[in-house]
Amino acid sequence: MSEAPAAPHTASADARHGAGQLDLLLAPPRARTGWRVLPARVLAMCVVELQKLRHDRTELYTRAVQPALWLLVFGETFTRIKAIPTGGTPYIDYLAPGIIAQSAMFIAIFYGIMIIWERDAGILTKLLVTPTPRAALIAGKAFAAGVKALVQAVVVIVIAALLGVAMTWNPLRLLGVVVAVVLGSAFFSCLSMTIAGIVLTRDRLMGIGQAITMPLFFASNALYPVAIMPGWLQTVSTMNPLSYQVDALRGLLLGTHAHLALDYAVLIAAAVAGIAAASSLLGRLAR
Amino acid sequence: MTPDEIPEENCEEAADETLGGASRAGAPGPAPAPDASDAVLCRGLRYAFGETRAVDGVDLSVRAGEVFGLLGPNGAGKTTAIRCITTLLPVPAGMVRVFGHDTAKERMAVRRLLGYVPQQLSADAGLTGRENVTLFARVFDVSRRERAARVEQALAAVGLTDAADRLAKTYSGGMIRRLELAQALVSAPRLLMLDEPTIGLDPIARTSVWDHINAVRAATGMTVLVTTHYMDEADQYCDRVALMHHGRIRALGTPDELKSALRVRRRTAPAPATTGTSAHPSPASTSHPHFSASPLSSSPLSSPPSSAAPSRSSDAAPTLEDVFRDVAGSGLDEQSGDFRDVRSTRRTAHRVG
Repeated sequence: MSEAPAAPHTASADARHGAGQLDLLLAPPRARTGWRVLPARVLAMCVVELQKLRHDRTELYTRAVQPALWLLVFGETFTRIKAIPTGGTPYIDYLAPGIIAQSAMFIAIFYGIMIIWERDAGILTKLLVTPTPRAALIAGKAFAAGVKALVQAVVVIVIAALLGVAMTWNPLRLLGVVVAVVLGSAFFSCLSMTIAGIVLTRDRLMGIGQAITMPLFFASNALYPVAIMPGWLQTVSTMNPLSYQVDALRGLLLGTHAHLALDYAVLIAAAVAGIAAASSLLGRLAR
Repeated sequence: MTPDEIPEENCEEAADETLGGASRAGAPGPAPAPDASDAVLCRGLRYAFGETRAVDGVDLSVRAGEVFGLLGPNGAGKTTAIRCITTLLPVPAGMVRVFGHDTAKERMAVRRLLGYVPQQLSADAGLTGRENVTLFARVFDVSRRERAARVEQALAAVGLTDAADRLAKTYSGGMIRRLELAQALVSAPRLLMLDEPTIGLDPIARTSVWDHINAVRAATGMTVLVTTHYMDEADQYCDRVALMHHGRIRALGTPDELKSALRVRRRTAPAPATTGTSAHPSPASTSHPHFSASPLSSSPLSSPPSSAAPSRSSDAAPTLEDVFRDVAGSGLDEQSGDFRDVRSTRRTAHRVG
């Protein structure tokens, strides 16, 4: 232990004995600077998310059950009784984009639990000691949640297609769907991580998550048009980013009338605000 | 033991400036020139969780290239001090520099110099070993061209080449610790910070972890700052140690210096029957206030340890634990770690299996 050279980085001669060849581990990597850090960190987090999904797909399958039931039971039944005015489209078609958005939201809203778990396990601590600004770390996590939700959305779209929902296969429109799902999930995961930063424990976050998912779902246009809601619920719905996500998905997938510009503007603004809120509270999770 | 031969000038200077440390940190003075002689420099570092003063005025300098051990029982403030140095916690009072970079003002620059292994087993169990290391290569901006080779070398350095493509959840506790080392090493840190690296490991895994730390250090010349409450481990592997208790550093020096200083004190002080590990410390420690008051300038430490006369035959050679009992005073058993510390330690030990 005493033969350590006093000056670092001059030890290339010693690098070959002991622990094998370590020449690459002598020079620190060249640092990315400025804005380039953000896409790099987002990519790193998304890659990790996909790797985890590749190793363990259980969650993907179990989470497919609920949307399948919504479409199969609720969708098929309400298509028959024609209780909800959908402007000519079969109800199950009308419902499908709402269920896609819902299943993506459910994944995102419990993403904060993973943050708390990573904090308890020391994983978050270690990431916070890397040259990653907090906003970049949160953005990375948010878009990783988006990627995970996207994989889930693909599953739901396949189920919907199997049930005979007539959706577009226009690649440009599908790209729009991808963006809407990722942005919406980024917002809801940030909402979840913000709550995580406040309550700090898994149990409390789980409870709050359970308490807010259904209201968010019902107070949106996922199941029925805003027009048939009572006035107060319409107000809530216009403040709910999920409504804008569903509106965009419905417009893109079914070709119904949608306010795409407004939808994307709201989703982008919500995601940015969510990232700002969650990263300002990340310090509480760090200590 | 070569680093010990370095003259004590650094320490003396540090001690002289200690009083001015806190006020200097607040001053908006010019950016200090990076000083390569100290890997870590803490002056008057304080950190409180509410009423609890976890770190209560720590002055410390870790020299480049040495293995420095921060010792103390659970709840002594070691982890809090480490977290201040790693930029995880703000530095509310005092000053911390890592290779000359202020941890309050140059967070990113400091983080690029650090490899950090926290107390918990922090590898992601749902990823393979290689994926775990690759993540850290990515977040430290290792270029795509170099990434695979660098990850391979980091894994090889800790002896995990064969297990690299298995999920980390199949690893043993010792393997996870080595994987975490690889994660820290992949960015070529100049300062490796290990918080209780061998907690909960069996003796063979402990030795293996230390062997890999030492092999990598020999190859790269990096500085290692390690916290531990295993005194025997510190004695064996650390060039210098600081004994921490109740948020303060009570003694600082090489393990040999500390032990022989204790031997000297036992001989000179009219100590009550001091026999080996069951030494009764309180009178001895109070009669030597200089030992704990300003550790950096404490003269007994700089006196050549070998000049001490052989101890009385009744005295067993003191261990670091004896030194610790001596400087910490009473109440060691009652105050070692709050509930959360113990719980997290147990949890880590449980995960190690």
